[in-house]
Amino acid sequence: MGVKLSFVVGPAAVRSGVWRPEVRSAVLILLVLAAGWLKDPRLLSPSSLNTVLLAVPLLLVVALGQMLVIVSRGIDVSVGSMVGLAGICLGLMFRSFPNLPMSLAAGAALGMGVVFGLINGLLVARLAVPPVVATLGTMSIFRGLTFIISRGQQIDSNDIPNALTAWSLQGPFKIGQLSVPWLLIIALAFFALVFVLAHRTVWGLRLFAIGSNSEAARLRAVPVFATVIGAYAICGALAGFAGLMYASKFGFVNPATAGLGLELMSIAAVVVGGCDIRGGAGTVIGAFLGCVFLSTVFVGLSVLHIEADWQQLVYGAVIIAALWLDALAAKWPRFRSASR
Amino acid sequence: MKRAELVPLGLLAAAMIAGGMLSPHFWDLRYLLDSTSLHVETGLLVIGMTFVIALGQIDLSAASNLALVSCATAKLLQMGVHPAVGICIGIGLGTMLGIVNGLLVAYANLPSFLVTLGTLALYRGIAQALMGAASVKFPESLCGIDRWYLPGGIVPVPFAVFVVLAAAFGVALAKTTFGRRVIAIGANSTASEYSAIKVNRIVLSVFALSGLMAGIAGVMMDSRLGVARYDHARGLELEVITATVLGGTSIYGGKATMTGSFLALLLMAAVHVSLGLANVKTEIQLTIIGAVLVLTLAIGGVFSGAKAGGLAGRAE
Repeated sequence: MGVKLSFVVGPAAVRSGVWRPEVRSAVLILLVLAAGWLKDPRLLSPSSLNTVLLAVPLLLVVALGQMLVIVSRGIDVSVGSMVGLAGICLGLMFRSFPNLPMSLAAGAALGMGVVFGLINGLLVARLAVPPVVATLGTMSIFRGLTFIISRGQQIDSNDIPNALTAWSLQGPFKIGQLSVPWLLIIALAFFALVFVLAHRTVWGLRLFAIGSNSEAARLRAVPVFATVIGAYAICGALAGFAGLMYASKFGFVNPATAGLGLELMSIAAVVVGGCDIRGGAGTVIGAFLGCVFLSTVFVGLSVLHIEADWQQLVYGAVIIAALWLDALAAKWPRFRSASR
Repeated sequence: MKRAELVPLGLLAAAMIAGGMLSPHFWDLRYLLDSTSLHVETGLLVIGMTFVIALGQIDLSAASNLALVSCATAKLLQMGVHPAVGICIGIGLGTMLGIVNGLLVAYANLPSFLVTLGTLALYRGIAQALMGAASVKFPESLCGIDRWYLPGGIVPVPFAVFVVLAAAFGVALAKTTFGRRVIAIGANSTASEYSAIKVNRIVLSVFALSGLMAGIAGVMMDSRLGVARYDHARGLELEVITATVLGGTSIYGGKATMTGSFLALLLMAAVHVSLGLANVKTEIQLTIIGAVLVLTLAIGGVFSGAKAGGLAGRAE
């Protein structure tokens, strides 16, 4: 645990090294951009970069929560279903109350998410159900509830208020031809919040301690239950909010597809971002870079006309490759990521 | 009979009685046996998963493995490969994919839930890249395994295959050195290592077994449905894990009975049949299965007296 302390103080204290996860992700992003640009210069055109700017926020908000859970030595595969369920509930609220203030909608999204997350957290932290199995169960429960509540009907674009879609269509400022949507600003605010929570608070310190060795943490009087359930609750809240962002970005919510696959994307993003899959190590900045990397890859693939059929393969390959690198790193300490 | 097996047995009896009350057509032996065909592929995966979970690991990629095998086999046969060769290649492919999981878990020392989460996406991704949105027809002469019966004309072939394999691997789990070693590793892998058990080799062979079952199930699904698509059996891993855990296999490893798994599978089939007869939609059935999984584990957690703040860690 002591080993981790120097790290938790802040990224500035991370030992420097070429194999630092953040550096690795940044290099990967540049490589992908360079390779894509050589293949087709349109990849760096404002329109495709704008697509990246719109693709990052949703994934980032979900991945931030996923990162906290993974740091605690858990995993949450129900995030995609939580996004779908929150999205459908919010859509139905907008249908009944078209003039619902955005602040109330945001509060409802976060509140619903917390409830979903607490269910996961209780199962994992109190009832000792292995996280992957617990959240696999709630994944299907949440997805099924999405169908039941919506009666299988999609929330159409005319039910989504313009004030919400404006989040993704408008922004506070432009950089040249790049328009920064409000969605990105909101996601960056959550990023800052989670950064502070994870790297600057006692709660964050405890989370990392539990992730490296929960028994040792317990013996040192760390409140394991309260800390871990907090991570799942925050993960749920962020996924709930992502449901609102989903409605804003796509302008409709389909019970079958809303949020589908976000669990794999967020896990891949976190793992690529250098978070230790065995818990106890990782940085919020790494998770952010992982999201930018994945979003760039997918926008790149579509610009290069590589069909959507390949997306799933890429998630899988990315996760396995990151795991493999991790296993190699364990064998050759020279390549070991500094955050361990 | 062990206590762990009484739970699925009791629930099965309850489900059969409830099914009979829901619909007068439920209690028709021929109908019941015929409806097992829909669940035999799940059952084959359950056989493999019982070993995997007994080992204290998990295989989330089983359903994706099945889908990839069924796509690859159908593609091969469509290209004119001899059926026997194609089917052997298909089943071999399933085993190979299981071995890939096993190598990453046993020799690269990675947590199985992450490895198989990755290969869950990877295997289905390969199937999708191979097939796109198209579906490939399976040769007419090999279709309809669910309409083949054993002599006597009552017991469908898939069910017979499942019963034979479940019995064989049930004996392997309970009565052979291999099975005892699997349970020992699940209970305490470090102690097993010190007892001169070749842990890595056993882990590898159990994942290979899970892949083999997925391979057989993949070919069977081709024959039953007559077409292969990349998205067949999506989400089936949930049902497989639920049946295994419901059957009394401990999610932490070290405890397992094939009889329990077998009964739990019949239970799931009975639940599906009666929900189907009661016109409950598939999506809602999915919710019910998920709820059953969560409840089983939660109740197990309460009764095993989960440690205060019991963070027993993940199935690693």
